Amino acid sequence: MQSQMQFPSGYGSHLPNYSAPSGHYSQVPNKAAASHLDNQYRASYYPGYYSAPAQNVMASVGSNVLNAQESQQLYNNTPPHSGGSSDRPVQGAVSSASYLHVSAQQSYSAFDNHYSTSVSSSVASQGFPLNSDQYAMPVVSGAMYPNVSYPPVAAGSVYGQTFTSQSLPAVGQFKETNVFSSQSTSVVPHSLQQHVPVGYNTTLSTASSAQSVQDNLSRNLTGSVAKVNNQINTGGIDSSQPVRSVSHNIPFTKPGAGTSASSAVMSSVRSPAPSLSSKPPSSPSVAQSPELALQEGMQYGGYVNNQASSAPAPLSSSSDDEEEDEEDEEAALDSSSTTSSASPVLNNYDALEGGGYPETRSVTSSPVPSPSVLQSKASKPFGYGYPALQPGYQNATPPTPVQPSNPGHHPGFQHYPQQYPGVNQLSSSLGGLSLQHSQQPESLRPVNLTHDRNILPVSSVPAPVPNLNSDLRKLNCSPDSFRCTLTNIPQTQALLNKAKLPLGLLLHPFRDLTQLPVITSSTIVRCRSCRTYINPFVSFIDQRRWKCNLCYRVNDVPEEFMYNPLTRSYGEPHKRPEVQNSTVEFIASSDYMLRPPQPAVYLFVLDVSHNAVEAGYLTILCQSLLENLDKLPGDSRTRIGFITFDSTVQFYNLQEGLSQPQMLIVSDIDDIFLPTPDSLLVNLHESKELIKDLLNALPNMFTNTRETHSALGPALQAAFKLMSPTGGRISVFQTQLPSLGAGLLHSREDPNQRSSTKVVQHLGPATDFYKKLALDCSGQQTAVDLFLLSSQYSDLASLACMSKYSAGCIYYYPSFHRSHNPTQAEKLQKDLKRYLTRKIGFEAVMRIRCTKGLSIHTFHGNFFVRSTDLLSLANVNPDAGFAVQMSIEESLTDTSLVCFQTALLYTSSKGERRIRVHTLCLPVVSSLSDVYAGADVQAVVCLLANMAVDRSVSSSLADARDALVNAVVDSLAAYMSTASNLQQSMLIAPNSLKLFPLYILALLKQKAFRTGTSTRLDDRVYAMCQMKSQPLVHLMKMIHPNLYRIDKLTDESTIHVNDRVVPQPPLQKLSAEKLTREGAFLMDCGSIFYLWIGKNCDNNFIKDVLGYPNYASVPQKMTQLPEVDAPSSERTRSFISWLRDSRPLSPVLQVIKDENPAKTDFFQHLIEDRTEAAFSYYEFLLNIQQQICK
Amino acid sequence: MAFAFAAFCYMLALLLTAALIFFAIWHIIAFDELKTDYKNPIDQCNTLNPLVLPEYLIHAFFCVMFLCAAEWLTLGLNMPLLAYHIWRYMSRPVMSGPGLYDPTTIMNADILAYCQKEGWCKLAFYLLSFFYYLYGMIYVLVSS
Repeated sequence: MQSQMQFPSGYGSHLPNYSAPSGHYSQVPNKAAASHLDNQYRASYYPGYYSAPAQNVMASVGSNVLNAQESQQLYNNTPPHSGGSSDRPVQGAVSSASYLHVSAQQSYSAFDNHYSTSVSSSVASQGFPLNSDQYAMPVVSGAMYPNVSYPPVAAGSVYGQTFTSQSLPAVGQFKETNVFSSQSTSVVPHSLQQHVPVGYNTTLSTASSAQSVQDNLSRNLTGSVAKVNNQINTGGIDSSQPVRSVSHNIPFTKPGAGTSASSAVMSSVRSPAPSLSSKPPSSPSVAQSPELALQEGMQYGGYVNNQASSAPAPLSSSSDDEEEDEEDEEAALDSSSTTSSASPVLNNYDALEGGGYPETRSVTSSPVPSPSVLQSKASKPFGYGYPALQPGYQNATPPTPVQPSNPGHHPGFQHYPQQYPGVNQLSSSLGGLSLQHSQQPESLRPVNLTHDRNILPVSSVPAPVPNLNSDLRKLNCSPDSFRCTLTNIPQTQALLNKAKLPLGLLLHPFRDLTQLPVITSSTIVRCRSCRTYINPFVSFIDQRRWKCNLCYRVNDVPEEFMYNPLTRSYGEPHKRPEVQNSTVEFIASSDYMLRPPQPAVYLFVLDVSHNAVEAGYLTILCQSLLENLDKLPGDSRTRIGFITFDSTVQFYNLQEGLSQPQMLIVSDIDDIFLPTPDSLLVNLHESKELIKDLLNALPNMFTNTRETHSALGPALQAAFKLMSPTGGRISVFQTQLPSLGAGLLHSREDPNQRSSTKVVQHLGPATDFYKKLALDCSGQQTAVDLFLLSSQYSDLASLACMSKYSAGCIYYYPSFHRSHNPTQAEKLQKDLKRYLTRKIGFEAVMRIRCTKGLSIHTFHGNFFVRSTDLLSLANVNPDAGFAVQMSIEESLTDTSLVCFQTALLYTSSKGERRIRVHTLCLPVVSSLSDVYAGADVQAVVCLLANMAVDRSVSSSLADARDALVNAVVDSLAAYMSTASNLQQSMLIAPNSLKLFPLYILALLKQKAFRTGTSTRLDDRVYAMCQMKSQPLVHLMKMIHPNLYRIDKLTDESTIHVNDRVVPQPPLQKLSAEKLTREGAFLMDCGSIFYLWIGKNCDNNFIKDVLGYPNYASVPQKMTQLPEVDAPSSERTRSFISWLRDSRPLSPVLQVIKDENPAKTDFFQHLIEDRTEAAFSYYEFLLNIQQQICK
Repeated sequence: MAFAFAAFCYMLALLLTAALIFFAIWHIIAFDELKTDYKNPIDQCNTLNPLVLPEYLIHAFFCVMFLCAAEWLTLGLNMPLLAYHIWRYMSRPVMSGPGLYDPTTIMNADILAYCQKEGWCKLAFYLLSFFYYLYGMIYVLVSS
């Protein structure tokens, strides 16, 4: 029996359980194993970042790895139908060799389970001309990363990656499409099932996988666990109950219900496994039945585990009578459902139809999986035989390891109930209908904006899911990295013009990812005519040829690509990781280098004039640098240098061997030169002591300076000269208007015009000195990052050019003072920490390709555009976002899908040349209503914001504001004209665009575009710079902050992250009507948190959370919450830290009382309210309505 | 003398327009190269920018010549272009050197398309005016 074969020889005590007729067996999750493997896995992907834990593990894992390989080899020899006999030795080998690591042993056995579940796969039934030694589904997932290897884990790579691949999808897919995505994989099992003996019902339950994923994610992505768990649960649900996993960690489980439901199961779970597990599973339970449908489910189950677990899966056995328990559990699982349990009739239906899984749908109301469930049927008929493939050629593809979650969307699952209610209600009756039918009415559902006041979702707005078939959908790129304003691309430019919505992409290409397949291959397969990288959406015409999805050219598959090193199998080009993942990273060969990869070079250019010393930023900077000197990304070649300037420019000779740093002063600022070109940029490691000396001395070196002038221009010229041989990063700290030498600026701001409603001038640069400098720097692969810490007008509009065109970033700290303005000081500290330690890519270029017919119109962001589709990025950092406007040049009538591909070629801080490729696939539609149905309102608003910034600089602010209002008016008018049955007297928006007017109003009240409210020019320009360079998630928080009431946080609807309970208070409207004096409110503006305390706020809350006896004693400048041992304090802090963890820059918390001057900052974000100069939300709607009727 | 001067003006304009035609063709080719990724925008702007003022000055020069020759019709035909040139140069981006084209904005599809269109329109205008000057020159010579 196969169940036995899966079972490692070391587990003898469990045999009885395994020999149960239904063939169930169980295993206990071991959290330790999970985390070890995760570590290893991380090591293979992110050696630099996770190296510390990873290396510890590697040694021990290494030996296991060999076994894994061995076992794979053995599997290779295993004919598909006779896996059982030859598997045993493998198991033996695995278990015997892995005493070293009990956890590892377990994991291998789990791993083997994958194999065994699918070894019997009859490949032929899939229609693939496959060799007998090919694996079916699970192996496929293993095969995802054939070449994915990282040197330190040479032997281990295969194994590690296998696991990796399994753990990736769980996270990734979810993020990407919010759809449970085992569909295409599930397909294989469907076709396999005939060959599976009835008694063979092995299932991998996923309790431990939940844990492992949690481990996996916890460090960076705490919030995402909820989703993962959700997925795991739903995975179980989808698979028609064979896999049922419940763990304490799974947030959806209502503790009582979950445990009780599975208690019956638990006994059988635990009994076999006591010796195995240091931590018994919370309650993994698997119910299985011998029915066919359930076998399918079982396969799903295996798959679920595949996806979710890189760790040993707890296998649990149960008998058929436990089914009902399972169902109850499912009911209990979803947080919002009423506890209706599945009807047996539906079960039968399910069994008959094979794959409808209706009971799941009726039971679960966590509808995320539902769409995909619905689609699974639709997608089944095609996609399995080679020739009939859709462009995306899916066969048993394991999930897309698209990246981990975006912090901003963690609570996303909560929305789905709203988004797809129709699906849930209709699902059981509509069975096989595709999502399309039920989804579209939902996103098109007319919303009467003037009547519906509560349009804001409970938690953050999810990205719409492209209306693709489930195979493509789960392969698609994560919306966090790549989003399109219209997820349904209009067929022609005429249709696009009719829709009055902008078409464009929002990119966050260098985002921090926890999972990323890295591919080392001597040939990177690309289209020969358009140079597109091979991606999941290409179609394989046959084994030897593939058709490019962008230009439709037919290319040959290179010989090397036919071979899959991981599975050691040949002839499966479609199973290569490049074709399985829409986000991959290639290690590039020397063909992709113009020169040897540069070392990491950091140069700091510091203002040390009187003004700067007064502000005291040097102390913070030097402190930060000292702390993070070892964490600066780089290798042994890393170089660092310092330049300071006031009216002269000072260089520091830090050459190794000197007893102390040497200062060299150049006072000839009109013709700047480098005093000693060789010793100014020094090796970080060789001269570390000198650097530390300098950093310790620097804050006090200039304390008595009387120099008030600032020769920024000459200092920058010197910096450029210093950097030009290598390239790298220049960090400029400036505290005032440059007043000497080249690039000097004059004050252009008229303070009396700050609140003018008419013309806002001087949004553009005063001189092109900084732009030219930036272009020169960009040409020498040098980026300039600007930190402006000034209390007075410093002409950011001109200074910002140095960063804008050299792909740098801009930080601005208005009225910065170390002691007088602790909020800004703390912010600088936190920003610096992130800035110094974050990933960095040097000498980068980014190219964006799109399907023939589409073309790129305009780019937004910080970069230099080198050709129509190529951006030159001297540096690329993980916090940089880009926007691209697209236009449709040729009609797209002959294609049903369009693809966009961004390829970012960069040199990592370790001196490796790498290419990160993202591919997004979207459907083409021909009707206007479909275009509206697919509108992504957040992306639309962000793109409009970018366009408005351009407009206000090139034309005027008033023009830009008008254009924003017109964008709403035009698109809503166009929508209302398509829906003829609507009454003209009402303001109707499609559900997908219901937040559009609100966001536009928020934009109009944003610092960048507001008029009438006093806004300093620098603040305004900074806000504009941010709009251009921030990725979508951050930008949305800037535009429309999230408001939560936090004085009554309860444990209801919480999520669990890392054993921590995180409450999820609902989003509040940004209106003063929601504020009560009795409450405390937290506003999340992205870069800052405001905590507003009402006057009559409960004293208990003030005492517990703020640590003060009453309202009056709360200090004015409070930026930290004390650690008080009270439940409300714990909840508040865990909520705030959860919000913080979800973004790279840790925002500063500011407590605001009624009489606090910062109150205005808080209240100006209440954008739904009327201000002296601007409409309230309701007035704005009426205004729009008027304009539409005109 | 007057007629001789007018004829001279036409002859000079004929030659200069031929030069302007070459400028326009150069301009069109340059932007086409930009569009098809052959050239780096910085290089391209560096080659194009020095040519902008000479072109405008040449055009302004024979406008002045026609003014002196009291060829009102010809002058009238050239005035719109002269005005356009002045407007175009006044509204150029902030630049320290001479020229019109900013490498950071030139790749914007709108600006690129505009510059290309501008090139074609100017080429057409110069070609037509070339034949008009030829006609004008002969007419002046014959009528004298």
